[in-house]
Amino acid sequence: MQRQTYLFPLFGYVFRLNILKLPGVQVTNSKMQFMLLFSRQGKLRLQKWYVPLSDKERKKISRDLVQTILARKPKMCSFLEWRDLKIVYKRYASLYFCCAVEDQDNELITLEIIHRYVELLDKYFCSVCELDIIFNFEKAYFILDEFLLGGEAQETSKKNVLKAIEQADLLQEEAEAPRSVLEEIGLT
Amino acid sequence: MPAVSKGDGMRGLAVFISDIRNCKSKEAEVKRINKELANIRDKALDGYSKKKYVCKLLFIFLLGHDIDFGHMEAVNLLSSNKYTEKQIGYLFISVLVNSNSDLISLINNGIKNDLASRNPTFMNLALHCIANVGSREMAEAFASQIPSILVAGDTMDSVKQSAALCLLRLNRTSPDLVPMGEWTARVVHLLNDQHLGVVTAATSLITTLAQKSPEDFRTSISLAVARLSRIVTSASIDLQDYTYYFVAAPWLSVKLLRLLQCYPPPGRSAAQPPDRVSGDHPQQSPGAPQVQEGPALQRKERCSVEAIALIIHHDSEPTLLVRACNQLGQFLQHRETNLRYLALESMCTLASSEFSHEAVKTHIDTVINALKTERDVSVRQRAVDLLYAMCDRSNSKQIVAEMLSYLENADYSIREEIVLKVAILAEKYAVDYTWYVDTILNLIRIAGDHVSEEVWYRVIQIVINQDDVQGYAAKTVFEALQAPACHENLLKFNLLHSKFHLCSVPTRALLLSAYIKFINLFPEVKPTIQDVLRSDSQLRNADVELQQRAIEYLRLSCIASTDILATVLEEMPPFPERESSILAKLKKKKGPGKVPDMDEARWNVNGNTEHSENTEPTNKSSPPSLVADLLPTNRPRPASYSPTILSAGNMAPSHPFTDLLSMNSSPAAGASLLVDVLSDLSSPAPAPPPDPDPLMFVCKNNGVIFENQLLQIGLKSEYRQNLGRIYVFYGNKTSSQFLSFSSSLNVHTMPVDPTVEGGAQLQQILNIECLSDFSDTPVLNVQFRYGGTLQNIAVKLPVMLNKFFQPTEMTSEDFFQRWKQLGVPQQEVQTIFKAQHPMDTDVTNAKILGFGVALLSGVDPNPANFVGAGVIHTKNTQVGCLLRLEPNPQAEMYRLTLRTSRESVSQRLCDLLSEQF
Repeated sequence: MQRQTYLFPLFGYVFRLNILKLPGVQVTNSKMQFMLLFSRQGKLRLQKWYVPLSDKERKKISRDLVQTILARKPKMCSFLEWRDLKIVYKRYASLYFCCAVEDQDNELITLEIIHRYVELLDKYFCSVCELDIIFNFEKAYFILDEFLLGGEAQETSKKNVLKAIEQADLLQEEAEAPRSVLEEIGLT
Repeated sequence: MPAVSKGDGMRGLAVFISDIRNCKSKEAEVKRINKELANIRDKALDGYSKKKYVCKLLFIFLLGHDIDFGHMEAVNLLSSNKYTEKQIGYLFISVLVNSNSDLISLINNGIKNDLASRNPTFMNLALHCIANVGSREMAEAFASQIPSILVAGDTMDSVKQSAALCLLRLNRTSPDLVPMGEWTARVVHLLNDQHLGVVTAATSLITTLAQKSPEDFRTSISLAVARLSRIVTSASIDLQDYTYYFVAAPWLSVKLLRLLQCYPPPGRSAAQPPDRVSGDHPQQSPGAPQVQEGPALQRKERCSVEAIALIIHHDSEPTLLVRACNQLGQFLQHRETNLRYLALESMCTLASSEFSHEAVKTHIDTVINALKTERDVSVRQRAVDLLYAMCDRSNSKQIVAEMLSYLENADYSIREEIVLKVAILAEKYAVDYTWYVDTILNLIRIAGDHVSEEVWYRVIQIVINQDDVQGYAAKTVFEALQAPACHENLLKFNLLHSKFHLCSVPTRALLLSAYIKFINLFPEVKPTIQDVLRSDSQLRNADVELQQRAIEYLRLSCIASTDILATVLEEMPPFPERESSILAKLKKKKGPGKVPDMDEARWNVNGNTEHSENTEPTNKSSPPSLVADLLPTNRPRPASYSPTILSAGNMAPSHPFTDLLSMNSSPAAGASLLVDVLSDLSSPAPAPPPDPDPLMFVCKNNGVIFENQLLQIGLKSEYRQNLGRIYVFYGNKTSSQFLSFSSSLNVHTMPVDPTVEGGAQLQQILNIECLSDFSDTPVLNVQFRYGGTLQNIAVKLPVMLNKFFQPTEMTSEDFFQRWKQLGVPQQEVQTIFKAQHPMDTDVTNAKILGFGVALLSGVDPNPANFVGAGVIHTKNTQVGCLLRLEPNPQAEMYRLTLRTSRESVSQRLCDLLSEQF
C-alpha cells in the first residue's frame, strides 16, 4: 500500500498555467500585427502595420524591437516573446524580416510567410538585394499587399501574385511610354 | 542606381534616393530633405510630377521624418484615371493617413468611385486601401457594400480575395458595423471555390466570423473537412502553384485546421474525420526527414504543429495525443533550433492533457538537457515552462533540483519566474517538510535578489500554519546563519542584531518586533534588548516607523507585567487565507488577459486543507479526528463540530457540518454530495439539464462541459480522497456584457460576480465532499442576462463516484487474497460489452489510470488483461475496489469484472467504466 502523504494541504490551488486558457476561448482574433524590414545597421527599410497605432508608438516599437533582434546571435531560434507578442524573424543577407503575431499564432507558418515574401521579391527583382528594396520601396509594398492583406495571407501562389504585379507594371508602361522621352531631357 | 529598374523608373526619385544614401551625416541628410521639400512645395504639379513628388514625400516619411503636407496631392491622385498614379496615391494614404484624418471623406469618395468602377484592378486598389487603413469611418461607409461584392457571381477571383480580407479587417475594427445577413450562407460556400486563393482568403474570414457566431457557420465544418482531406490526399502536382516545398497548400491547411478549432470536438460516437485528417499530418511528416534535407523538412513540420494543436483542442483521442507526443519527442532532438523551441512549447500544452501527461514525462531527460545546453534563452525559457508543466509527485524532486541548479547561472531576465515556479512546485509536491524548507532556503541562497516578497510571505504562512515545521525551519535558518550553538537564545539575539545594521528599514522593523517577542519568551535576554531599544540609533531614528516601534516596545517591556506581555505578544494566529500570493504573482506576470480574474481569496480554510495520513483502505472506521485534522492544529475547533457520520438521508439544514463550512442550506434529496459554498442562499429547483455527455469526463478531469454561441463553460477539477475541488470557468464569447450573472447548483448556490465582460472569463470554485456513494450527477444552473433576454442554462457537472478513488498498489498475492475475500455474489458485478473504440493497450491503460485506480501489472496470469485496485473515499467509509478487464480482440469485446465491498458501488462503477471502451 502506497502511503500518499502531502505535506501541504493545498488542494490543488496550483495548476498548470497554460491550461488556464481554455481551448476554444483562446482561439481569438489571431493575426499579424505588423511587419518590419530593417538592415543590419538598424535602418528600417519597410514597415507595414496591421493594427492602428500612433506614429509615436510605431517609432518606439520599431526602435526597441530592432535593437532586441540585432542583439541576438545568429544560431538563436527565430522566435521570441516580446511584450505580449510573438516575434518571428529571419535574416536574409543584410536584411532582417520581422513579423509580430499574437500569442496563439503558429510561428512556423509565419516564418514561411516571411520566406514566401522573400521568394516573391527575389523572383520579381531577379535575385533581390537590399538596394532594390530601397530604390523600389513602392514595389515592395505593392507585392506585400498582393500577398498579405490586413495581416492575412491573401494569395499564396507565387505565380498569381507576380502576375498581378506584372499586369500593373504593364499598365504603367503603357501610360508612361510618351513620358519617358520628356524625362530624358531633364524634367525631374 | 538599382540593379533593376522596373516600370517607369521615376528618375527624379532614384536620383533623390541616391543623394540621400550618399549623405555622410544626419545633418547632410536633413539638409537635402529640406531642400527637396522646399522644391516640392513651390511647384505647381501635373499628374506625373505629383506622383513622383508624393513618392518622394513617402520616402522621406519612411526615413523617419515628419511630413506635414502633400496629403491633398495624394488624395487628388486617387481620382486620376491612370493606374500608376492611383496606385501611388493609395500607397501614400495607406502608409501615412491616420484613421482620424480630416481628409477621410475625400478619400472615401475616391474609394467609392473605384469600387463602383467595375474595373477589377481599381477595385482591388480601393479594397486594399480599406483593408490597410481599416478605420471606423471607412467601415461606416463601406461595410454594407463589401459583402455584396464578395458573393456576387460575376466578381473576379482576385477581387473576391481582397473583399474577403477587407471585410475581415472591418469586422475586427468595428464588428458592430458589419451586418450578418443572407450573404453569410454564401460565404461559407466559398470554401468550395475552384480558386485556392479565394478559399484561403475566405477561410480567414469565416474563422473570425465563426468565432463570433458559431451557429451561423456550422456548415463550414463539413466543407472544411472535405477541403482538407482533398488537400491531404491530392498529389502535389494537382495543386500546382499552391504546393510549397512539396507540401500541398500549407497556409490553407493551417487556416482550415484553425477554423476547425473554433468548434467543440464532435460527439464521441460520431466518426471523426477531422481527427483522421489531422492525424494524417503528423504521420506524413516523419516519413521524409532522412531523405529531405534542410528547408523542405522544416516546412513539412509546420503543418504538423498546427495539426497537433487541433488534436490538443479535441483532447478526445488518446492515441493521437500519444502519437503527437512521440512526434514532438523527435523534434526535441532536432538540430534546427526553431523546431526544438516549438516542440517544447507544444509539449507544454500536451502535458496538461491527462492522456498525454505520462507520455510527455518520458522526455524529461531530454528537456533537462535542453535546459542545460541550449544556447538561446528563449528556448531555455520554454524548457523551464515544460518542466513546470510536466512536474508531478513522481518527478518533482528531480525537476526542482534541476531548476535550482540551473538557477545558479540562469539569465537575469527569467530568474524571477524560475524562482516563483520553484517555490510553487516545492510547495505543491512537497512530501516532507525538511525537503521543502531545504529547497526554499536553497532558493533564497541562490537567487536572493530575485525572491520577491510574495515568496517570503508564503513561506512564512506555511511555517506558521504547520507547527511541526517551525522547529525545523527555525533550526535550519539558524544554521544557515552559521552560529555555534552555545547559549542559543542570547546568541540568536546577538546574531540577529549583528546583522541589524546591514538591513533595510522594513527588515529592521521586523527585527524589532522579533526582539520584543524574545523578551516574552526568554526573559533572560530582556536587559540586552532593552539596551538596544534604548539606544539613540533607534529612539532618534529618522524613520518614523522604526522610532515609534522602538519607543512602544521599550515602554511595553518596562511597564507591562509578564502576563500582559504574554497576551500582547502571543503567537500569531495562523493565516486564514490560503491563496498563494506567489501564484497570483506568476499569473500577473503572465498577463491579465490570460488569467480569469477571480477571487480565490474566497476560499475558506476548511475546503483546501486535507488529511495527510489516512491511507489504510480496509480501515472501515473512519477516524473521528478526520475533520479536526483538517483544521490548522493550533486553532480552536469550532464548538459546533461533532464527528457525526453524515449520510444523504439525515442531513438537516442546521447540521453541524454545514456550520463548519459556514453555510446553511439543505441538499436536494438523494444527493449525497456536499458542495461547499460560502453563501447561505438555497436555490430553486432547476429544470432538467440537456445532456452534455458527462460520460466523457469519467476518465478525465478537465475540459469544456458546455458551449453555445454565447457562453463556454470549462472545467478543471482535482480530487483527493473524499474531497474535490472544481474550477468552473465561464467564458463570455460575445463582445458584450452579461448582466445579473449567477450560477447555482441543485445543492447550493454561491455568488459570482454578476457581470461578465465581453470576451472575459470568470472563474468559480466549488468544493465538494463525497458523503456516501451516489449515482446522480449534480446539476449546475447558470443564469444571466444577455442583451435583454434572460438565458438559463443547466449543465450536468461531471462529478462521478470514481472521482473519489485513491489508487492502491498491491502485490499479486494481496490482490488475489482480497479478491477472494470479496467473494459474496452481491459484491461482484460483471458485464460483457462490445468495444466502441479501437482496442489499444496504451489507451486502455490511460483510461484505467484516468478512472482513478492503480494499474497492477504482473498480477493477472494473462498479460493482456488489465487489473486495477483502488479505494473510494467517502465521508464515512472507504470502499475497497478491485477490477479486472479482459479484452478479446478477435470478437472486439471486453469483459469487465468489479468486486467491491459494497453492492451499489460495484454496480455504479461498472456502469461508468463499461461506457469508456
